[in-house]
Amino acid sequence: MACYVDDVPENGGSCIKHGDEQIAIFNFTRRNEWYATQNLCPHKQQMAISRGMIGSAGESCEPKVACPFHKKAFSLLTGECIGEEELVIKTYPVKITDGKVFVGIA
Amino acid sequence: MSKPTIIVVGNGMVGYKFCEKLLARSAQFQIIVFGEEPRHAYDRVHLSEYFNGKTADDLSLSTLSWYTDNGIALHLDDPIQEINRTQKTIHSLKGVVLKYDYLVLATGSSAFVPDIPGIEKEGVFVYRTIEDLELIKACAANAKSGAVMGGGLLGLEAAKALIDLGITETHVIEFAPRLMPRQIDSAGSSMLQMKLSQLGLHIHLNKSTAAIVGDKKIHALKFNDDSQLAVDMLVISAGIRPRDELAKLAGLHVGTRGGIVVNEKMQTSDEHIYAIGECAVYEGMIYGLIAPGYEMADIVAAHLTAADKSFYGYDMSTKLKLIGVDVASFGDAFITEPDCRTILFEDTHKGIYKRINITNDGKNLLGGILIGDAEAYNMLLQTVNNKIVLPPDPEDLILGARGGAASDGAGIMSLPDDALICSCEAVTKAAICSAVNDGGVTSIDGMKKCTKAGTGCGGCVPLVKDLIAGTMKANGQYIKNVICEHFDYSRQELFDLVKINQLKNYDLVLDHYGKGDGCEVCKPVVASILSSLWNDVIVKQEVIQDSNDRFLANIQKGGTYSVVPRIPGGEITPDKLIVIGQVAKRYGLYTKITGGQRIDMFGAHLSDLPLIWEELIDAGFESGHAYGKALRTVKSCVGSTWCRFGLHDSVTFAIEIEDRYKGIRAPHKIKGGVSGCVRECAEAQSKDFGIIATEKGWNLYVCGNGGSKPQHAQLLATDIDNQTCIKYLDRFLMFYIKTADQLTRTATWLNKLDGGMSYLKNVIVNDSLGLGAQLEEEMQLLVNTYHCEWKEVIESPAMRKRFAHFINAPEEKDPTAQFEPMREQVKAKGW
Repeated sequence: MACYVDDVPENGGSCIKHGDEQIAIFNFTRRNEWYATQNLCPHKQQMAISRGMIGSAGESCEPKVACPFHKKAFSLLTGECIGEEELVIKTYPVKITDGKVFVGIA
Repeated sequence: MSKPTIIVVGNGMVGYKFCEKLLARSAQFQIIVFGEEPRHAYDRVHLSEYFNGKTADDLSLSTLSWYTDNGIALHLDDPIQEINRTQKTIHSLKGVVLKYDYLVLATGSSAFVPDIPGIEKEGVFVYRTIEDLELIKACAANAKSGAVMGGGLLGLEAAKALIDLGITETHVIEFAPRLMPRQIDSAGSSMLQMKLSQLGLHIHLNKSTAAIVGDKKIHALKFNDDSQLAVDMLVISAGIRPRDELAKLAGLHVGTRGGIVVNEKMQTSDEHIYAIGECAVYEGMIYGLIAPGYEMADIVAAHLTAADKSFYGYDMSTKLKLIGVDVASFGDAFITEPDCRTILFEDTHKGIYKRINITNDGKNLLGGILIGDAEAYNMLLQTVNNKIVLPPDPEDLILGARGGAASDGAGIMSLPDDALICSCEAVTKAAICSAVNDGGVTSIDGMKKCTKAGTGCGGCVPLVKDLIAGTMKANGQYIKNVICEHFDYSRQELFDLVKINQLKNYDLVLDHYGKGDGCEVCKPVVASILSSLWNDVIVKQEVIQDSNDRFLANIQKGGTYSVVPRIPGGEITPDKLIVIGQVAKRYGLYTKITGGQRIDMFGAHLSDLPLIWEELIDAGFESGHAYGKALRTVKSCVGSTWCRFGLHDSVTFAIEIEDRYKGIRAPHKIKGGVSGCVRECAEAQSKDFGIIATEKGWNLYVCGNGGSKPQHAQLLATDIDNQTCIKYLDRFLMFYIKTADQLTRTATWLNKLDGGMSYLKNVIVNDSLGLGAQLEEEMQLLVNTYHCEWKEVIESPAMRKRFAHFINAPEEKDPTAQFEPMREQVKAKGW
């Protein structure tokens, strides 16, 4: 278990500690979806993705998160940076049971 | 059948471009590249940006994987030693021997180092590669003075690099009687010299260096006239020499003054060997600019793939910014009467020199020179290259149309279709227009991806932007000012809609007027609108706030935050200073005085922020909103309470104003200043609003700006009393808050405002729209609902909970946030 549902702000993110790893969890209330990614922004190696704003991109409404440092935006589905293909972040599956948030870490 | 092998000798910009061009034309070749530098190809044109914080990676033209992905074998750090033309093989320093079908020499050039006694001493450098720059950087750390030998284009670039490295005394030594003798005439050169001298560069012309003096290390230059100049380091930039030694060794034809001789297909005297870029000489000329180098690369790629393309010389027009001074030279810059007519404009006050040469019949432009203001360069170059017929008053080209309507850049659309807009990538006007018409491109970034226009030297970017806008306009496409893909409204339109419909949160606004799920652009815009209208505590909607507003502090390198308590007017008691000191010490914060007369504390962990603020608020501090698009500070001079020149009490008035507008959210940050007399020690005219004491009251200035494009504030009202001043400020600020685009400072807002300052004055002072009372009322509502956001947070356990790095381990701090010691304090570890 990573945390409780109400630990993560609605339509926002929080960071959890898993051993030495940091994982960003997003509560996309508006879409009734949850996402998890690495917390490290690969652009300038900052642990900040969880503090970024989430939203959608394009006609397909691809869910995304923008790093608070330089607004590099990453797809929450694929982890690919929108506009700069060479940057990619890891994504993880999320499951919600009884108000608890579980993240699948391979 | 195996693919024919092409070996490229040299992995500079042109060598790299050749690979790119060939790949674009054909995949039928096996490409092998040898480079003598340890790095793969990087942008040498913008080398001096290495000192402005760009890294070697930023300068790279591609990633290393680009080579492997495209099947190119790249041998770095391995110069070719020998070409065996009979067996068609090359031999590298590391002992690699390979057979080629075609060989492309892109060996570039090296710095010409004159044979002067002492040239081998320590502290003498050339300026060519990233390695050279690193050596220069290391030496500059301990040097106070430095000289550049050579006052040409590269020499002045090198001088800029020395200035950027903190060399306080930088000299330029030129043998010729003027700077940049190849590009500009003597009048232009003396204007450039004047501008550069004003910027602190010491320029010595007609100086021939006889010897470099010093024991092991340089300590002075000795000149032929027996004078001496003491310097700690010297950068030699006395011209380039083509790297033709390999070609010479192989028995290829070389020019009398160096350079590998090529024909119009860039073939050397051996038809299987090509030479491109600065190592090649075509009809006695070496082309030392990037655009012709790229052109040559394309010609070889074309020839190898049996396409027809030839080199017929190249336009050497150039525009650049040297230490902040525009310099441009285009077409035939030096032609003189009686072969042409010349129009000159010289303004020694502003440091502007312009010269255009026109045909004797006044019909065509031949060339010219621009110093100090080169805005017209692109258009003038197009006029030369496309032989566009000149207007009846050709002086308008450099002076602008005077008396009457200003030209609106309509000239761009009248260019012929084959006009070359981006010469680095050979993109024509037709290609750009069709990318807009058929490719649906609407932005410069899109254009770069689609056509590569603007990706070389970047000089054509303004022209490309104008062409995109012009083409869209010509198509009747309405260029609508919208916030982002989620809202088809401008900020001003959305502001009114939110107000009329009394919408109080982001999701409601999105449901009513937007689509999709929002983004990092529209969320902060709506957050600012909601705050400017209803002034509720912003952290109640934390997830739509921009990076800094979300945690009410400024995010810094490493993910820690900085804290700025409000110090109204810059006035603070000793007791409060002590509290700041104690807090900073307790939480290990780096402290610095800000430009706005307050104290910034850096390096606070997210979870420490509420604790820090608890202590600050206990001592009577409030949030300083340094993180918000809100009122920052009202800077003041000490005024009549102490100053013998002061006319009024500027500190008291500054505090009153800062307290009135604190916490108010706006499209961008707002800064103010109050000066107690005309000496203007508070620098109020550089602020969004500035108040300066007069004998009879105050003068109110608005819409000033520091930053990258400084602009003085303009006079709104004279000799007004305190109440009137506040009334006008209420109206002015509220009018700005309601009508400006997001992230637009007051100066830019005014520049875009139809009617400009006279219109604004009419609205604010004469109340021409009849909005005065309403604006004052709306402002009063914001003033009455002021709250310290940090006080709200520390009193709310739910809000406090969000200030934790790990939500499942709230006590723990981010272990990746690291500091390094610096001058008895700490700094964030570099990126």
